[in-house]
Amino acid sequence: MASLKELKGRINSVKSTQKITKAKQMVAAAKLRKAQAAAEAARPYAERLAEVMGSLASKVSGDSAPRLLAGTGSNQRHLLVVVNTDKGLCGGLNSNIVKEAKAKARALIEDGKDVSFYLVGKKGRAPLKRDYADSIDYQFDTSEVRNPGFEEAAAIAEELIAKYDDGTFDVAHLIYPIFQSALAQEPTAQQIIPVPAPALESAAQSDAVVEYEPGEEEILEALLPRYVKTQLFGAILEIAASEQGASMTAMDNATRNAGELIDKLTIQYNRSRQAAITTELIEIIAGAEAL
Amino acid sequence: MPLHFELVTPARLVRSDDVHMVIVPGAEGEFGVMEGHAPFMSTIRDGALMVYKTENGTPEEIQVQGGFAEVGANGLTVLAEHVEG
Repeated sequence: MASLKELKGRINSVKSTQKITKAKQMVAAAKLRKAQAAAEAARPYAERLAEVMGSLASKVSGDSAPRLLAGTGSNQRHLLVVVNTDKGLCGGLNSNIVKEAKAKARALIEDGKDVSFYLVGKKGRAPLKRDYADSIDYQFDTSEVRNPGFEEAAAIAEELIAKYDDGTFDVAHLIYPIFQSALAQEPTAQQIIPVPAPALESAAQSDAVVEYEPGEEEILEALLPRYVKTQLFGAILEIAASEQGASMTAMDNATRNAGELIDKLTIQYNRSRQAAITTELIEIIAGAEAL
Repeated sequence: MPLHFELVTPARLVRSDDVHMVIVPGAEGEFGVMEGHAPFMSTIRDGALMVYKTENGTPEEIQVQGGFAEVGANGLTVLAEHVEG
């Protein structure tokens, strides 16, 4: 049986832990709202860009298509771009992303492909390194920036496209969580390079005679890198919202667990205090009787 | 007849307005867009968009960087990478 002093110490330590988790939960809730708003605000751009891409890609095809759209002609070397968070305290989010990345890597390796990784965010590094120590080639550090935004996405995209042009890889997949709610973030893998031709929703749209300046191919060539940037920007926004959502849920649970633990410890504390008082009383009575 | 004009950046929808005319700094020269313009698409260079709210009003300047403009059935859409202000 722990002594009274020990119990008191434990109660205090759990209490201060609870204060931390509660503070983190409230911070995450506030940040989540902001992150969600940012994700929402970015949607019109992505939608319009996809629309334009779709109508252009259907016109420019065959040999004249840019390499970013048509691919290198090979399908051997795959690059997995894994987007993780920089900070912990967000439950199982990062391990779920890593699990998805590993599953994708395993499937590709079983098909006889070469796989390498490009990591964004700190938290995916250690677990991926354990299994694929030699395949982690590049990293992008977002931990120094407070709110990674379009500039970071553009920098990542430019680096990826430069590597693609150098012939470092043939196909790139982006692995990131899609924010569904504070409780659910679904890790997904999506091909970003070569750019998958977006499915045309309205075939009637392409009937209109559109004039292009300078030309369809030039526009498409300017558009594709931008499209990749937008995809990465989307992933960065999703990870930001997912991180806050997961953090909020995890910290809510932690706060509740701490509360339960405090209750239990308090009961134990009171019991042993009572026991100590009873023993003392018995001793006094026994002493008095002996006189 | 007003022209529906939208200016979008990756971060947000900057403007969504009905205006009289917009002059866009296209890659191969500036062009003005009014209501009923034929479908058209162009990349744009860094420069200022001139937005005329009314026919004789003074234009409002918006600095944009990198992107392209699309004129379709539902008006003019400018997708810019960066918008000042």
